[in-house]
Amino acid sequence: MLISKLKVFKSHGKQYIPNLLDVTLAERFRGRPVVSPNVDEKTVEELVQLCPVEAISKAPLSLDLGKCVFCGECQFQYPQAINFTNDYRIATCRREDLIVTSDIKKAIPFDPQFVNSYITKYFGRSLKLRQVCAGGDNSSEMELNASMNVNFDFSRYGIEFVASPRHADGVVITGPITKSMEAPLQMCFEAIADPKIIIVVGADAISGGVFANSSAISRDFFNLNKPDLWIPGNPMHPMTFIDGVLSLIGRAKRNENE
Amino acid sequence: MSWLRLKNCGKAINLDQIPNIEYPEFYQNLVEMLEDENFHIADYFGYSTTEGLKLIAIILDDKNSDILIAEHTYHYYCEDSLLSITAKCEAMHPFERDITERYGIVFKNNPWNKPLRFLANRFDKRMIIEKYPFYQISGETLHEVNVGPIHAGIIEPGAFRFTCNGEKVLHLEVALGYQHRGVEEVMCSTKSTLKQNIIAENIAGDSAVSNAIAYSTNIEKLSANLNNNSKQLNTERAIAQEMERIAMHIADTGALCGDIGYQLGQVACEALRTITINTTQMWCGNRFGKSIIRPCGTNFPLNNEICSEIKKNMSDVLKRYDEIRQNIKNTPSVIARFEACGTVDRNIALHIGAVGVCAKASGLLRDIRATHPYGEYKNMNHVPIIKTYGDVMSRLTIRCREVLQSIEYVLSLVDKIDTSIVQNRPIYNNNLVQNAISVSIVEGWRGEICHTAITNSQGEICCYKVKDPSIHNWLALSLAVRGEGISDFPICNKSFSLSYCGHDL
Repeated sequence: MLISKLKVFKSHGKQYIPNLLDVTLAERFRGRPVVSPNVDEKTVEELVQLCPVEAISKAPLSLDLGKCVFCGECQFQYPQAINFTNDYRIATCRREDLIVTSDIKKAIPFDPQFVNSYITKYFGRSLKLRQVCAGGDNSSEMELNASMNVNFDFSRYGIEFVASPRHADGVVITGPITKSMEAPLQMCFEAIADPKIIIVVGADAISGGVFANSSAISRDFFNLNKPDLWIPGNPMHPMTFIDGVLSLIGRAKRNENE
Repeated sequence: MSWLRLKNCGKAINLDQIPNIEYPEFYQNLVEMLEDENFHIADYFGYSTTEGLKLIAIILDDKNSDILIAEHTYHYYCEDSLLSITAKCEAMHPFERDITERYGIVFKNNPWNKPLRFLANRFDKRMIIEKYPFYQISGETLHEVNVGPIHAGIIEPGAFRFTCNGEKVLHLEVALGYQHRGVEEVMCSTKSTLKQNIIAENIAGDSAVSNAIAYSTNIEKLSANLNNNSKQLNTERAIAQEMERIAMHIADTGALCGDIGYQLGQVACEALRTITINTTQMWCGNRFGKSIIRPCGTNFPLNNEICSEIKKNMSDVLKRYDEIRQNIKNTPSVIARFEACGTVDRNIALHIGAVGVCAKASGLLRDIRATHPYGEYKNMNHVPIIKTYGDVMSRLTIRCREVLQSIEYVLSLVDKIDTSIVQNRPIYNNNLVQNAISVSIVEGWRGEICHTAITNSQGEICCYKVKDPSIHNWLALSLAVRGEGISDFPICNKSFSLSYCGHDL
C-alpha cells in the first residue's frame, strides 16, 4: 500500500509550471492570427464565404476572434492571407480589440486604461470567481478546471473558483446563453455583491459561435450587463484565461512590441 | 418481421426503402425485440413530412451486427392515439417524451410523460423548465433537497431533486434542458458541410472526436460518387478516438479520487490527462481534438515526429496510470468508498437500455466497437471489458482497464501508419444522395453515439438527429442513488460522468 503510493509519487515528480508568465504552447496551437495586408479582392470574397461563423469581413480584411471557432480552415485554404500563430495572449478588455486586421502584427492590444480602475485596486491580490455554464459544451468548463489543476495551479495568484455567488467577486460565463439559463444566470450575477466583474469565455459566450442564429439562445444578458474581459477560443486554452485575468488585474503586461 | 437490416459500415439508403408498418405491428415488434437482450434501441424519433409524421425506429441487433430500421407514418386526424411503448420497455422513455414534446402527440398510458429537454420549438410553450413537474412523495419523516440548475463546481447546469428519508435518498429526479442550444435545428439551417462538422464537434466538447466521426461518416455514406476512405484515414480516426477515450477516462478517474479526498490519485491523473491532451494538441492544435476529423480527408495527416511523440507519451502514461491503478486497488480507504455503492444491477441496466461504461459495469455487452465495428475497428477484433457488480468500483475498474487497453491500441495503430502516404484533404462540397437516410453509430468514451441524417429532394440535409449515450444512462444514475446516503451522490454522479449538453442538444 505504501510502496505503491511512493511509486505514484516518484513518477509524478514535479508537475507545476514554474513561471506562468513565460509559457510557449505547441507550434500548431491556433492563437493570434496574422492577416496579410496584400490579399486580392477575389480571395477576400472567398474567405468571407468560407468562414463557417461569419468571423471574416472585407474592406479591410479582418478576423473577429470573438466569433472565430479556430477551425483553421481559412489558413489551410488561403495560407497567403491568414496565418494563425501560437501566441495565446488573445484576451482583451474591449470587444472591438478582438477584431484582427493586417495592422495587428505583434500582439493583440490590451490597454489597462480601458480597465475599470477599481479592478486592480480591489481584485489585484485576490479574486474569487463564480462560474456559470449557460449552454457551454463542457470543453471550456474543463479548461477552466484545468487552469486550477496541478500543472497550471492558477490559484497561486489568489485567484480561485468558489461555490457560491455570495463568496464571489465576479462571474465567468461559458456557452451561448440558452433561454433556459438566461434567468438563472441573471439571478446568480445579481447575487454577487458590488463591485463585481464579468468574464466571458469562448466563442460561444462572446458571440454565440456556431449557435449565434439559434432560436434556443438569448443574448439579452449582454444588453443589461457589460463584460470586463473577453477570452476567445473554442475552447479557450487555460493559458489564454490565465494571461487574460492577470492582465485584467494588472499582474501581467502585454508587450505590443514583442 | 419486415424490418430492414443494415450494416454500420454500409452506405446510405433511400427513404422509400424503409419498411412502413402499421402501428400495432410496429408496437408489437418493438416490444418483442426490446425484451430480448440481444437487441437494444439506438434511436427513435419523429420526422415531419407531407404524408404525415414518420416515426422512425432504429434498433441494434448485437448478435448479428445489424442495424434494424422501420417506420410508422402517423396520421393525427385519422388514427387513434398511439399506445406507449415506454409502458412495456422503460428504455423507450426519452424518445417518446421527445416526440410528445416536439409534436404534441401523447402516447397512451405513458407512465412518465414529462418534457425531456424543453425544446425552444416545443409544442406546448406553457410548459416551462422552472415548473418541471417533479415526482413528489410526502411524509412526516421525508424532506426534499434541490440542487441546481447551477452547481457548486465548474460543471454544466441541470436541476436535481432528491427526496430523502434522513440521510438516505428515496428518490432522485433529474430535470434537464438547461443546456438546450438547438443543435439539430442549427445543423439543418446551414448548407455548409464545414459548419455542420464544427457543430458536431460542439455537441459535446468532451466527445468532439467521436461526434465528428459520426457526422463525417454520415456525409461519406451519403456521398454517392465517393470511394471508401483510405485505410490510413480510418486508422488515424481510431487513434484520435482512442486518445479522447484515454484522456476522458483518466479525467474521470482523477475526479472520482478527488471526490473522496484521495488527493494523490487526483493530481497524478490531472497530470496524465494533461500529457494526453497536449499530445492531441501537438497533433492538431486543439486539446480536445476539434479539427482533426473532417469528411473524406484530413488537414492533419500524422507525420513521423507526431507519431513518435504519441508513442513516447502514451508509453509514459501507460506506465504511470498503471501505478495509480495498482494504488487504487491497494488502498482500503479508497475501496471502502467505491465498492457496493451506487449499484445498478444487470436487470435494471437491461430494462433502461443502458449503454457504454454503465452497461459494461453491470455485465451487459454494449460496445459498438465489438458489436457493430466501423472504420479501423473492423480489423481490430475488440474485446470489451465487462464487470458484473454495477457499482462505482466496477465503473471505475472499466475505465482503468479501458485506458490501458486503448493505449495498447494506440501504440499498435501508430505502428501501422505509413507517413509517406499522401492523404486526401477534406472535401466539403460533396453532392449528397437525394431523399436518403444514413445512420452512423460510433462508440464514444461514454458509450454509443448515434447520428442520423436525412436528405431532401435537393440533396440537402433536412433532418439531423443526434443521440448521445447519456440519454439512456441518466435514468441509471437516478436508480443507482436510491437507498444510498446523499453524501455518496457525488461519487455516484462522477462514476457515470454523463453529458448535459449531449442530452439537451
